[in-house]
Amino acid sequence: MTPPRPPQRDENPAGIHLPLERLPGHSSRGRLERVLRRGEFAVTTELNPPDSADPEDVYNRAKVFDGWVDAINAVDASGANCHMSSVGICALLTRMGYAPVMQIACRDKNRIAIQGDVLGGAAMGVANILCLTGDGVQAGDQPGAKPVFDLDSMSLLETVRIMRDNGKFLSGRKLTTPPQVFLGAAINPFAPPYDFRPIHLGKKIAAGAQFVQSQYCFDVPMFKTFMQKASDLGLTEKVFVLVGVGPLASAKTAKWIRSNVPGIHIPDSVIKRLEGAEDQKAEGKKLCIDIINEVKEIPGVSGVHVMAYRQEEYVAEIVDESGVLKGRQPWKRETRPDDARVAERLGHILHDDITETQVDMVKTAH
Amino acid sequence: MSETQPTPNKGTANSSTGAPAGTPGGVTQATLVRKAAAKSDYKPADVSPQRRVQRSYSVRLWAIRHSKLLEWFYSRFADAFLLLHPLWRGIGYGRVEAPVKFVEKRVKGLMFDCRMCGQCILSSTGMSCPMNCPKQLRNGPCGGVRANGNCEVEPDMPCVWVKAWEGSRNMVNGDAILNVQKPVDQSLRETSAWLRVTAQAAAVRDAAKTANTGASA
Repeated sequence: MTPPRPPQRDENPAGIHLPLERLPGHSSRGRLERVLRRGEFAVTTELNPPDSADPEDVYNRAKVFDGWVDAINAVDASGANCHMSSVGICALLTRMGYAPVMQIACRDKNRIAIQGDVLGGAAMGVANILCLTGDGVQAGDQPGAKPVFDLDSMSLLETVRIMRDNGKFLSGRKLTTPPQVFLGAAINPFAPPYDFRPIHLGKKIAAGAQFVQSQYCFDVPMFKTFMQKASDLGLTEKVFVLVGVGPLASAKTAKWIRSNVPGIHIPDSVIKRLEGAEDQKAEGKKLCIDIINEVKEIPGVSGVHVMAYRQEEYVAEIVDESGVLKGRQPWKRETRPDDARVAERLGHILHDDITETQVDMVKTAH
Repeated sequence: MSETQPTPNKGTANSSTGAPAGTPGGVTQATLVRKAAAKSDYKPADVSPQRRVQRSYSVRLWAIRHSKLLEWFYSRFADAFLLLHPLWRGIGYGRVEAPVKFVEKRVKGLMFDCRMCGQCILSSTGMSCPMNCPKQLRNGPCGGVRANGNCEVEPDMPCVWVKAWEGSRNMVNGDAILNVQKPVDQSLRETSAWLRVTAQAAAVRDAAKTANTGASA
């Protein structure tokens, strides 16, 4: 029998699927909060939600990140396009011990549904919730849908914070067990009004944000200015900033994104660099690594959020080649000890090529 | 966030051709849907599913440019309304609601494209009505503001929050824009914010008065 593997750092020794103990001063039982509060450089990524009812699609998409990221964002109908829900993805991921960041967008659900999902998510073991406004329905595949926008990202943050800290619904009704979650928000320093953006971050912190993930950062000087302003306001000590980065597939894609996807700012220099390259895809990946290396030195940056939309298989390479983990290995899904034992004892049934008949079995029994 | 990513369109594997991954010819699913819609002579100008603004934004923008003046005027106006509190109470707030709402809806509709949410926060938003935002954001801009400062949903409309920030910088109490606003109470839609604020201010004033007399007695 093989000796049991040594337990990983952020793992419940009783089983990988079991929740962790909450450390003093932490608001969640999750690994992402532990990593960030230890002062380690965190890496998060996004799972491309499947258009399918097959759980294996989610697990296969999560597998490519194994051992490279600290948390996986389960997106909530990104770009107003219909996919598997973030609650569903979180249910599947938490079952396997992954640390998902449950995104909640205000576009599709009113405050009643949202507060219910927060409780349900927390009960499943979701430790991180990212509060978003959400894209307008016009951007998606069903532009005729009714946009809800009952809450906005700020009041959503406040709602979840009230549920967690005061143990109450928005209405004031009491919760028997409040959700223990680490609260996140999104920032976009690359869209106007530029002066207001750092103050807006301050508002989000006041509403309850503990970590923020930024929109794709392709303009490092612009991001530096933003971080400078934010740290002048004393905001960077109050929040963990994860910078959004990602590989561009080609100069053509970059141009297309720039003119068609609102909120993503791509400077001309980036497009020129991609156009000049022989292998644009490789150059896009290299550019992403260069940006990671630049932003990780900016004071106040606690991690990166790698969004490699439909290039998820590159996330591991990008994280590895940028060296941001400094040799640390984030939690990796491994077989549970009891599963391993079962596999060991009964594995021969699968692997050994024996055909036994009942007569043989009786003979061997004697 | 990949919230703003183009739609994957499976079955058209053209990522090798250099076009954006999974988008045939570099168009979004939304564009395809729009193109597939039946053609007719009547094409509404904007796409926001909320009540459409069917005129130009010039009056709204004027109000934002003169936010300081309007702020001054508004505080005088609120005082005047509060002075009239005995009158409103005499007639009955319920009875004056209809005529006051009639005036309020038209005046604020003209000045700010008011949507009658019934809980006016114009003084905290630089005199730019946040309910005109297609996402009805009351706490700041979303991440989709275009580089030219226009709205993501309605490309011709200047972002309500870009304007709110500009307007608030002219105002004396412009820093009220930093307050985190509560979610809209939808049950107050189509009611008079003027009367509500007046009645609340009167209640606060009366409470302070009784506390004072109680203390002196």
